[in-house]
Amino acid sequence: MNSIITYREAVRQALREAMEQDERVFLMGEDVGHYGGSYAVSMGFLALFGPQRIIDTPLSESAFTGAGIGAALGGMRPIVEIMTVNFSLLALDQIMNNAATLLHMSGGQFNVPLVIRMATGGGKQLAAQHSHSLEGWYAHIPGLKVLTPATIQDAYNMLGLALRDPDPVLIFENSMLYNTKGVLDPQIQPLMIGKARVQRAGKDLTILTYGISLFKSLEAASALMKEGIDVEVIDLRSLRPLDDETIMKSVAKTHRVLIVDEGWKSGSISAEIMARINEQAFYELDAPMQRVCTVEVPIPYAAHLEQAALPQAEKIIAMAKKIMEKQ
Amino acid sequence: MDMNLDLANKFYRQMLLIRRFEEKCVEMYSKEKIRGFLHLYIGEEAVAVGVMNALTSDDAIFATYREHGQALARGVPPNKIMAEMFGKVQGCSRGRGGSMHLFDAKTRFYGGSAIVSGGLPLAVGMALSDQMMKRDRVTVCFFGDGAVAEGEFHESLNLASLWKLPILFICENNLYAMGTALKFTESETNISLKAASYRIDSSQVDGMDIITVAQAAQEAVAKIKNGNGPVFIECLTYRFRAHSMFDAELYRDKTEVAVWKEKDPLVILHQQWTGINIDKYENEIALIIDEAVAFAENGTLESIDDLEKYVYSAEGVQ
Repeated sequence: MNSIITYREAVRQALREAMEQDERVFLMGEDVGHYGGSYAVSMGFLALFGPQRIIDTPLSESAFTGAGIGAALGGMRPIVEIMTVNFSLLALDQIMNNAATLLHMSGGQFNVPLVIRMATGGGKQLAAQHSHSLEGWYAHIPGLKVLTPATIQDAYNMLGLALRDPDPVLIFENSMLYNTKGVLDPQIQPLMIGKARVQRAGKDLTILTYGISLFKSLEAASALMKEGIDVEVIDLRSLRPLDDETIMKSVAKTHRVLIVDEGWKSGSISAEIMARINEQAFYELDAPMQRVCTVEVPIPYAAHLEQAALPQAEKIIAMAKKIMEKQ
Repeated sequence: MDMNLDLANKFYRQMLLIRRFEEKCVEMYSKEKIRGFLHLYIGEEAVAVGVMNALTSDDAIFATYREHGQALARGVPPNKIMAEMFGKVQGCSRGRGGSMHLFDAKTRFYGGSAIVSGGLPLAVGMALSDQMMKRDRVTVCFFGDGAVAEGEFHESLNLASLWKLPILFICENNLYAMGTALKFTESETNISLKAASYRIDSSQVDGMDIITVAQAAQEAVAKIKNGNGPVFIECLTYRFRAHSMFDAELYRDKTEVAVWKEKDPLVILHQQWTGINIDKYENEIALIIDEAVAFAENGTLESIDDLEKYVYSAEGVQ
């Protein structure tokens, strides 16, 4: 039955069902138990599932992420929660040097069915050590899968998809999305990992985006429609693997591309997408591709500076118009 | 542990296999059959052989980049190890790991990690899975004195003790983290004290004497299987060879090496058990090693068409 729930509730529901359905699944991370999760995703789960399956860890990102890898090798289906992507850098060694490499280094003998969830993104005035969007970095690494659920449906579906995957999957939940509301249909067949979704069909310009920028892009698309610009908005959903097919199909339809990403531009996933379009669909383009990304500063505290640094609907509208001016 | 001549023979044979195998590796390195890094275990054989003796086939092993000794003592076939170092597809990691990344699912040998201390969290997780699934297993984690300086060492010991995990930590203290002596990098050079500060049952033993190591390991495994949580053994040992094939050994005195060589674990064991038939084992092992080299020589190189395999699991792997 369809219901309107929050993003937080969608993740909670997926988590609860996964734990009920498979006793190999457990949740481990900082403040996931007694506190209830730093974003309240696992509130009440300690009482529901007990301390053996809802494990409060010390502030040891490297060790508990590595322990997740080890437990996955041992046949469990661990979900490791890292409070924010910035803290995940303390576990980068384990993610990069073990989770992503073990299958290959062992000649195919040891796969790592691990799920790592973490919050990402700015907008809460948490300044330069809690606000970055580094999911694009992780998309650089062969051996990992990188998911960025934006919708309520995906917040619910992607956890189950990730748990069924035999390899390490990273799920990035933009912290500004937890209170957003939308429709969840638990019966719907989930769109598989690696597939992008056309969230709004249009004919004049393609916006490629993911995470919270999806909603800013949709807002911009509505405004642009009033000015006669019909925008197609694609939710990438997965940054690794990227859905080249859906991207190129849209490029061939609209011939104009704008990428909206809360990551920085330099050496980024937005640059990667541009490169792929250049390689695979250059002659489809009627205008140079453009990007709206986060300004290249560490995210500042002051609200006006932070908002100025992040992608916004107005910037997207302005950039879309600029692209449309090119004949 | 009841020590007897049979066990002494077994220990001697396994240590000799490691010694001669690695000497052959050096020869193969100079012939450029083996490339990359090659970290020799020679001098430290008593640790791997003594610890492995305490394990069953259900137990799991996590080791470092200096892991030929552990792999051989665990029973990973010498043929597959040599083929791995030759980069052949018949190697225990299909030639994708090399000397530092030996893996073998059959013997539950989980590598071969070349990030110092990087294996400790994995071992913690494996032991956690055993505890959760109520499996009567022990996970053994080997690491060197260099790992002690890493945060992961402390994080992992804390978790293992806090959660009372069935894990045996084996610190191979050979006094040097590559070319820097422990005394220049650690405020407390007694590593077992650090482990004890995490409320882990901890001891320091003579790692050159295999009987001592085997005894300590056996007692440790018994304690762990009784559900008493982790045990930590610091084995004082010494590598007779350089850190790797690129090491000129400028940081240690030749007389220091000579003093330690007098404690050669093979010599010490033979002094205690003079009935060991050394000649018989030399001959047997020479044949095993010849066969390993021939196996590696005759091995095939994996097709470049398969280069991108094993980045992700094939469909259906669970």
